[in-house]
Amino acid sequence: MTPVQYGRCVWGVVRREGLRWVHQRGRFVSALVRPLVWLAIFAAGFRFVLGVSIIPPYETYVPYEVYIAPGLVAMIQLFNGMQSSLSMVYDREMGSMRTLMVSPFPRWFLLLAKLLAGVAVGVVQAYLFLAIALLWEIEPPPMGYLAVLPALVLSGLMLGALGLVLSSLVRQLENFAGVMNFVIFPMFFASSALYPLWRVKEANLTLWWICQLNPFTHATELIRFALYGQFEPVPAAVVAGCALVFMALATLGYDPGRGMMARRAGAE
Amino acid sequence: MLDAADTTTPALAVSGLSHSFGARRVLDGVAFSVQPGAFTVLLGPNGAGKTTLFALITRLHHASSGSIAVFGRDMRTESSAALARMGVVFQQPTLDLDLTVEQNLAYHAALHGMAGGEARARAAEELARAGLADRAGERVRQLSGGQRRRVELARALLHRPALLLLDEPTSGLDIESRAALLTYVRAQCAERGLAALWATHLIDEAAPPARVVVLHQGRVRAEGTVEDVVRQAGAADLADAFARLTRGERA
Repeated sequence: MTPVQYGRCVWGVVRREGLRWVHQRGRFVSALVRPLVWLAIFAAGFRFVLGVSIIPPYETYVPYEVYIAPGLVAMIQLFNGMQSSLSMVYDREMGSMRTLMVSPFPRWFLLLAKLLAGVAVGVVQAYLFLAIALLWEIEPPPMGYLAVLPALVLSGLMLGALGLVLSSLVRQLENFAGVMNFVIFPMFFASSALYPLWRVKEANLTLWWICQLNPFTHATELIRFALYGQFEPVPAAVVAGCALVFMALATLGYDPGRGMMARRAGAE
Repeated sequence: MLDAADTTTPALAVSGLSHSFGARRVLDGVAFSVQPGAFTVLLGPNGAGKTTLFALITRLHHASSGSIAVFGRDMRTESSAALARMGVVFQQPTLDLDLTVEQNLAYHAALHGMAGGEARARAAEELARAGLADRAGERVRQLSGGQRRRVELARALLHRPALLLLDEPTSGLDIESRAALLTYVRAQCAERGLAALWATHLIDEAAPPARVVVLHQGRVRAEGTVEDVVRQAGAADLADAFARLTRGERA
């Protein structure tokens, strides 16, 4: 296989994911509506409860909507990553996962292509959300829209790879609902997405530590700072490191010689 | 297409293949080969180990022991070369229902690194052969079960494999579609010199001319032409032979 053929493979997988996303109208709409509900209702209600003082990267006092917007972008990425892996579980039951796996390309590469396809869909969703968020006067500097792209790709890779790891562990579709409850909600709430961490620290030191150890916090902060044209090395390093670890684990999970697939097949 | 070496190397060579899930031994020393250009039926009752065998041949996971080679390329060490020469129709439907026939085929072409123009030309060619040329732009959801199977077959042939694997391809089809599919695959083998391994539990799908591998309780019980297998079993016909070969308990 030549590099050109590798490129065609990735493009083919991305194209399919995009087409599927557009055709699955429900998934398309709910992916957009979910963060908007948070923005329109949750944030509106909370802006009077929770004051946000001036903390970087913001230079002035910001309304609560502006504070949680990057967290909601990260939430889009989180749901999208989990949903891509949900489709891996679903795909495998339908057999089309096996269609992917009989391709002559190396398996790690096929998983990476699948991952990039999910990231591409997630990035488009994030930009659509940011466009609609202008209605709530969430107006980062124009350069921020460009600077956020690498942050979106990196956080999308990390969360998508985490989803892949989970999909290799989950045996049946039913179990996945549990994973959603035990992964998505704790990750989202124990993070800096909805409240600044200094307030969490005041309230509960243990929870603050959990938030600090949560990779989703770092994905949120990476996106938040990038959106205002700033680069923060610590979140970037944590997200990149976690992405690599999760990708390595996913490759192990789908390795034909390592047992996870074999164990699953045996259970069928 | 076929080069000189292919006339002597088996399209598929399975030897000493054993596989266990925990304490349960699903395949036990399975050995057989599929010759280039031969239509071969893997015949076995439900639970014989056919699905596991297909999972191993398609590299879903590795076998506990033994080897699988496609045109001399070992599935463990040269899986890419082996998979490139293989086309697969899985037992479960694997098309994206909301995508068009063309889009489904384009996806498969990309998974084999094919260029867009070439992929479109081959897709048109395969769909014309399968009598589906006018359905290319339709969503798969709008096709009948038999038509979907033929699309899957066209997809499996898109990258011009020399070995075609079909895992109970007629399951879920009505009698008419079943017969049509079987006739079509046999014709493709004859016309293109394509080797096929067709797994089934239905004896009538193994009508001559065909080679037959009888699998029962994880072991090969007979292998050869239909006539050979009938003779080996000392039976009157294939149905009788199959009944005798699959009656015995594990030794």
